[in-house]
Parts: sequence; C-alpha cells; structure tokens
Amino acid sequence: MTAALRLPATRPGSRIMSVGSYRPSRVVANDEIAARIDSSDEWIRERTGIIERRFAAYDESVVDMAVAAAGKALANAGVAPEAIGMVLLATVTHPYQTPSAAAEVSDRLGTRKAGALDIGAACAGFCYGLGLADTIVRTGTAEHVLVIGVEKLTDFVSPTDRGAAFIFADGAGAVVVGPSDHPGIGPVVWGADGSQKDAITMTQSWIEYRDEPAEQYPVLTMKGQQVFRWAVGEISKVCTEALEAAGITSDDLVAFVPHQANMRITDAMVRALKLPEHVVVARDIATTGNTSAASVPLALDALLQSTDLPSGGLALLVGFGAGLAYAAQVVELP
Amino acid sequence: MSQEILEGLAAIVNEVAGTPVADITADKAFIDDLDIDSLSMVEVVMACEDKFGVSIPDGEVKNLKTVGDAVAYIEKAQA
Ligand SMILES: CC(C)(COP(=O)(O)OP(=O)(O)OC[C@H]1O[C@@H](n2cnc3c(N)ncnc32)[C@H](O)[C@@H]1OP(=O)(O)O)[C@@H](O)C(=O)NCCC(=O)NCCS
Repeated sequence: MTAALRLPATRPGSRIMSVGSYRPSRVVANDEIAARIDSSDEWIRERTGIIERRFAAYDESVVDMAVAAAGKALANAGVAPEAIGMVLLATVTHPYQTPSAAAEVSDRLGTRKAGALDIGAACAGFCYGLGLADTIVRTGTAEHVLVIGVEKLTDFVSPTDRGAAFIFADGAGAVVVGPSDHPGIGPVVWGADGSQKDAITMTQSWIEYRDEPAEQYPVLTMKGQQVFRWAVGEISKVCTEALEAAGITSDDLVAFVPHQANMRITDAMVRALKLPEHVVVARDIATTGNTSAASVPLALDALLQSTDLPSGGLALLVGFGAGLAYAAQVVELP
Repeated sequence: MSQEILEGLAAIVNEVAGTPVADITADKAFIDDLDIDSLSMVEVVMACEDKFGVSIPDGEVKNLKTVGDAVAYIEKAQA
C-alpha cells in the first residue's frame, strides 16, 4: 500500500491585514494629454471623471514601484519578509517576458521563503490574486501572502492614441493577506470571456512586429464602447453574485471599491446595483487615472486614508478588463 | 408611433441623464437636445434592450439620432 499524503492544517479564514501604495511623483493634468490628442480638459473630465493622473519617471520600473508599495504593506502589517510564503504580482506592463517581476520583487523585499509568480489578468489581476491568496492561506499552503497590483501603462499605451492616452496611468498597490479565525475574504466570483479578446488587446504580436518592424512597438489598444457596454451590463451582475456568494446584501456593505476604469462605469454600476446611500464609493480615478491591476489596492488605500471606515467593515471589490476577465469578492477592511 | 414605447424611453433617459420627462419628445436629438453623450447613449440602449426585449447592436446606435428614431427602431424590432 502506498503511504498516505499529509496535508497542512486548514484555517477558518483569511483577511487583508494591511494595504500599501506607491504613487509616482509626477502629476499630469488633462491639458498636457489633450494637447497631443486633439482633446480637452472638459471632454476628458466629462467622459472619464479624470482630473489628473500620475506618470512614473523614465527610469522608474514596475519592479521599483511594486517594491515601494509592498514594503509599506509589510510594514503596516508588522509582518517580517521571511514570514511571507507567496508573492502574487498582477501586472500587464512588466517589460520582460521572463523572468517574472514577482521573482525580482521578492528578492528585493527579502521574502526569501516565498513562491513568486506574476498574474496576467489585466485589470482583474489584483482581485484574482486576492482570491488565490485567500485559498493559499485557508488551505495552510502559506501563512502570509503578498498580493501586489502594479502598472507602468505609460510604457504600453501610445501617447497619441485618442482612445486611450487620457485614461491610463502608473502606480502600485499591495496588501498582506494572513490568517483569520473567521472568513475575512469572501468567495471570489471570477471568469473570463475570451470571445471578446479583441476588445482590449495589443496592436500587434511580437512575431508580427519582428517580421515587419514598425516605428511603434506593440502597445495596448481598446474598443472603448464595447468595453463600456460589457462593464456596465455584465460586471454589475458579477457584483451581485459576489454579494450572494458571501451571503450578504448591499445593505451590509460600508464600501464599494470597483476597478477604477472610468468614473462613468462606476456611476453606472452604482445605479445598476442600487447601492444604498451609506455605502462609500471609491472614486480614486479622479486623481489617479486608470492604473489597471493597481487600481483596486490604490483606491482601497486612498479610501482608508481619507475616511474613517470601521476596521472589519465589509467592502465589495471588483476588477474587470482585458480578457475580458473579471473577479469580485467581499472583504473585511483591515 | 407607440406612446407606450415613447413613455418607457423617456423614463430611461430621465433615469440615465436626469432630463425632465416633459422635454423628451419624438423630435428631440439625444446628443444635441437631451444631455446625452456617447456613453450615456450606450446606457440608454442597454436599458432599452432590457425593457423592450430587443437587441440593438453597436453598429446601429449611431443611426438612432432622435427619440423618434429609437421608438421606430424598437417598434420594428418588436414586430
Ligand atoms: C474611451 C471612452 C472614454 C471613449 O468614449 P466614447 O464615448 O466611447 O468615444 P467615441 O469614440 O464613441 O467618440 C465619441 C465622440 O467623442 C470624440 N472623441 C473621441 N475621443 C476623444 C478624445 N480623446 N477627445 C475628444 N473627443 C474625443 C469622437 O470624435 C466622437 O465625436 P463625434 O460624435 O462628434 O464624432 C469610453 O469608451 C470608455 O471609457 N470606455 C471604457 C474604457 C475602459 O474603461 N477601459 C478600461 C477597461 S480596464
């Protein structure tokens, strides 16, 4: 008879212990962008709610920003780097196919005992990571998991793309997920609709670029209306499913932290969900822009800094974007 | 012209853009007269699909310039 395999002891729950964020120092107002794309401050504000955003410096990398945000999350949690068992890093803008940004970040943070991998789920990446982190902690696979969302979208969006240049920006956010005596992260509802893969994609594959080099290397391109329609129509339903999966209703929420895609998408989702007045809605996009995988932790951190939401209060998080991938869950605030 | 569809559409426009229902008549253009822009138009279209059980593809949206255009399209699609 073969020997039985042993599994680690499971835990009743996990929770977000802390948040950390990094915002690049350069503030970029709409006027600077508008001048390049025949647009205006007014048009950008009306269509997106964005007033300004942050752009990383030329020599500031995805890894640099991730290390800065994750370092703060570790310090805020009071967890030593050696106690981290896994580093999950969500990004679509690390400019190396391999090795992963997570491995480099892990080395710089000194999380020597951690597994490390990148998550390629675009703007849903952070919420995917949080779902995975919850499972990893509850199954006893690791005690603490670092989940990072980071993007330097300015490297992968053409500054003259009239359909995208005014939306996307740079930044990083991170959380430490650790054990809890009850569920502090609810069930994740996730999915991906690859039939709409062309809605947000690259202008070319690297192979096409190799065979026919152009002035512009492959960058992101987006069918704005198609994405808007999908986000407003489908993602509100995903939010409702996440509430149901956690066994709560929107009355139980203190906050709603959606991916900061476009303020108009947030507004439409709030209407569709009929969120009660008392639920605080994250609107970090106004001064941060759309930072894809980084937007949910950045918005969460901004909300915690600027409001006195109770620790343990329930927040609905949702990420959605290229893929078209999405993930949502209810969490207890740290 | 179906009065019922017109009233349903007016309620949707009011909900999405806050335009007073009384202002929403068949001759009005969504974008120029009713405080609707290209994104709220997408919301109006989606709400119409739900309410009237019709399908309005992306490519069709730009042809629906006035409230009357939309009512006529929905009437035809329902038939
Ligand atoms: C990108 C987005 C703001 C564009 O808005 P839109 O209403 O779809 O824009 P359209 O391309 O339909 O253009 C509408 C009008 O604005 C004009 N326009 C388009 N881009 C413009 C710009 N950057 N500045 C000024 N005017 C612009 C168009 O010329 C058009 O004018 P017209 O009606 O006179 O011809 C919007 O589609 C969007 O935000 N979608 C969701 C994208 C998103 O969230 N992506 C992230 C997912 S992770």
